Amino acid sequence: MAALTLSRKLAILADAAKYDASCASSGSEKRSSAGTKGIGSTEGSGICHSYAPDGRCISLLKLLLTNFCIYDCVYCINRSSSNVQRARFSVDEVVRLTLDFYRRNYIEGLFLSSGIIRSPDHTMEELVRVARTLRETHQFAGYIHLKVIPNAAPELLIEAGRWADRLSTNIELPTDVALEQLAPEKRPSEIRTAMARLRGRLDEAAPEKKSKAAPEKFAPAGQSTQMIVGADGANDAAILTRAAGLYSGYRLKRVYYSAFSPIPDASARLPLKPPPLMREHRLYQADWLIRFYGFDVPEIVSGGQGGDLDLSIDPKLAWAIKRRQDFPIDVNRAERERLLRVPGLGVNAVNRIIASRRYHRLTLADIARMTASIDKVRPFITCADWTPGGLLDDQRLKQKLTPAPQQLSLF
Amino acid sequence: MLAVRLVKRNDFAEWRDKARRLLVAGMAPGQLVWRVAGDDNGLFEAGDDMLPDADGPVGSVPRRFIALGEQVIQHADPGRFAVLYGVLWRLQSDPRCLDNAGDRDSALLARMASAVRRDAHKLKAFVRFRAVEGRNGERFIAWFEPDHFVLEATAPFFARRFAGMSWGIVTPYASAWWDGESLAFGSGGRKSDVPAADAVEEDWKTYYASIFNPARLKVAMMKSEMPVKYWRNLPEAELIAPLVRNAKHMEQEMIERAASQPPARHLRQQARVLEPEAVEGINSLETAREAVQSCQRCPLFEQATQAVFGEGPARADVMFVGEQPGDQEDLAGQPFVGPAGQVLNDIIEEVGIDRGRVYVTNAVKHFKFAPRGKRRIHQRPDSDEVQACKFWLDHEINLVNPKVIVALGATAAQSLLGRSSVTISKLRGKPIALSETTMLFVTNHPSYLLRIPDKEGRTRERAKFESDLAQVRDVMREMEKSHRSCSSA
Repeated sequence: MAALTLSRKLAILADAAKYDASCASSGSEKRSSAGTKGIGSTEGSGICHSYAPDGRCISLLKLLLTNFCIYDCVYCINRSSSNVQRARFSVDEVVRLTLDFYRRNYIEGLFLSSGIIRSPDHTMEELVRVARTLRETHQFAGYIHLKVIPNAAPELLIEAGRWADRLSTNIELPTDVALEQLAPEKRPSEIRTAMARLRGRLDEAAPEKKSKAAPEKFAPAGQSTQMIVGADGANDAAILTRAAGLYSGYRLKRVYYSAFSPIPDASARLPLKPPPLMREHRLYQADWLIRFYGFDVPEIVSGGQGGDLDLSIDPKLAWAIKRRQDFPIDVNRAERERLLRVPGLGVNAVNRIIASRRYHRLTLADIARMTASIDKVRPFITCADWTPGGLLDDQRLKQKLTPAPQQLSLF
Repeated sequence: MLAVRLVKRNDFAEWRDKARRLLVAGMAPGQLVWRVAGDDNGLFEAGDDMLPDADGPVGSVPRRFIALGEQVIQHADPGRFAVLYGVLWRLQSDPRCLDNAGDRDSALLARMASAVRRDAHKLKAFVRFRAVEGRNGERFIAWFEPDHFVLEATAPFFARRFAGMSWGIVTPYASAWWDGESLAFGSGGRKSDVPAADAVEEDWKTYYASIFNPARLKVAMMKSEMPVKYWRNLPEAELIAPLVRNAKHMEQEMIERAASQPPARHLRQQARVLEPEAVEGINSLETAREAVQSCQRCPLFEQATQAVFGEGPARADVMFVGEQPGDQEDLAGQPFVGPAGQVLNDIIEEVGIDRGRVYVTNAVKHFKFAPRGKRRIHQRPDSDEVQACKFWLDHEINLVNPKVIVALGATAAQSLLGRSSVTISKLRGKPIALSETTMLFVTNHPSYLLRIPDKEGRTRERAKFESDLAQVRDVMREMEKSHRSCSSA
């Protein structure tokens, strides 16, 4: 086989990495290269340096070290039975690309994953070596996200956490049964055990209130995971239940939902049609509502039908339309928890309402200035000069609030 | 009309100094026009040279005004100085007007500040450096066209990020330069002042095209985050049109390239991979421990991390059976390592039970919980789950063959006695013959002791628990004695 050029390898191994949805580069410690000969900084919120026409942010150089893989997961473009072209980066090649891209301000850092070659330990060792070289040899202070290979030795995890900002282990599918069918070499309890180990390390590294000695650093941006949506028959309730279980058990920063996307050379065991991208979007919204708005999984799912979220309107609105007896809410009096349940009011708007209403009774025009979606809010609130009257009970309320289908964008 | 002259277009400290002196002079907003160096003077405008000095404090403003002002001053709107002064004037009599997000002035400042922040953010995001070989090594230069005057306030970000690099950012109105040690600002320039290309841009474009997923085209989303006006300075943007044009075709091609014959490498690999050995007969604690990891006899395996099997010597005299692993046991994969385990261990030691003769396990091997935010709330296993898991407990009992079993709590007692409900207070304190060779003691689960709110109750219940365990200890001593006398006979 003729040796591949670096550029060809880059094309293959970026293509192979694009099914991993995570591109976040935020939530790490504050760090910079000031006073060093190196480059790189992380200042809390990450930066999206570009956007691809798929609407997804490009923040990190997202690569696979290699797309050779000994596993044969049906949903994966890199499974061993696929005829996709294979390539493998050397550690130095990834290091050089990362630094070259970073210096030109194309990226916030590196997201590195890999197919499993030889053994989980060998693969994890290679990933760790890239991160160590960047940090130690090149004093790179940018963001690093490493994929954790379940079953790799605990010492390797510890070292990965020393160099990386974030670690992630993919749960892959919403149910264990589906995982066993579609990813025969992966064992669900091993994936969760890897997450449990990371959580243990993360807990140790979280500064204790009383202890003065700084604990050893471990993945300051925490851990995350990814679930593929629509490759198996699981409904949204199953997906969100799985996510809630993971958030509560392993202190995950994020669960990424990745709508199953057609891949070349796909296995016949996969569904023919990808799920609508809107489903992925609604899951993210529901996930957000569960984490920051005090909803639980059954409540959120009750807005839709048969355990699936309503695709036509957002999950909070869908819930509210079915729970009209809880509304309208008086924005001049209601507690924060109740305000957060009003469709169209986000955390920022609620903060503004609470800060402002101390000074005067808010009018509808005031509220309109604090939120971008007053039409959605109006039927569900009362304020100084407004009550929704019959609007809240309108049979056609859902129709009225359903956004018109978007024109296909011409280009 | 008084013309207030500013040297710099975006220096909040300079504006603040002027504004303080205007306040001292009692100048109302309507009496002023604001001019920046380079602006022409109006015909009938008086200069601001005669303004009084303002040494001490001249009034007070909320901290929020300063924070907003530092951003608003960078806005391109020529009226920004007047807007700020108008709000400052109003704050003297209405000091809380900025706290009301619905207030017109408050909303205006917030909107202007937000536009500036967004522009600064785009500067951080969309600057593209190009390398130039110089006498002192590589330098990196970028051209950027901001909407507002954000370069000076944003340049320190680049100095922190690219400390070890020599770089410059040129905009139409100003430029910023970093030599590895200090930051300097110069005049504005033109696009032709920076290099037209960079060798790494080809790789960057390769990356951009490859990371794009044609099956998920969302052009509007891309445009809202990366507005078209920035495209002319982004090297990757020339790929957008062809990528979008070909997306449908590429997606169709992916779908049509259906599964082909697996490569030979795959077949060799499959032959090499040994099927994980199915656990055939469960004839030792080791095989049971392995087999339980694949248990799907009840639905609890789906949410738990792993099955938590018992621990202790293979031939223990006493087996403690709890309810189910808790949060920490589930994470660690070991029974009784959490708070309840701590209580149990303390009391075992206190009453003087020999740990080396004790096996600990649970009636149910997977953790049952309800997620509540970042916590997992313990839930009691139902009778089906207990029943399903009895399979594993029976294996443990048969393999360890303990002479005494201690049921900790109702769930363990139900499982061991095969009853649907038990009352611990009725069963505790006296041995129950479980079989000819095994006796059962029933007592509370140690987590019960942790849940009692009052100290008195806790002391009382702990004493009962200790006395139950003391009984177990006495039975163990008896056994040892008879064991000794047997072996000596």
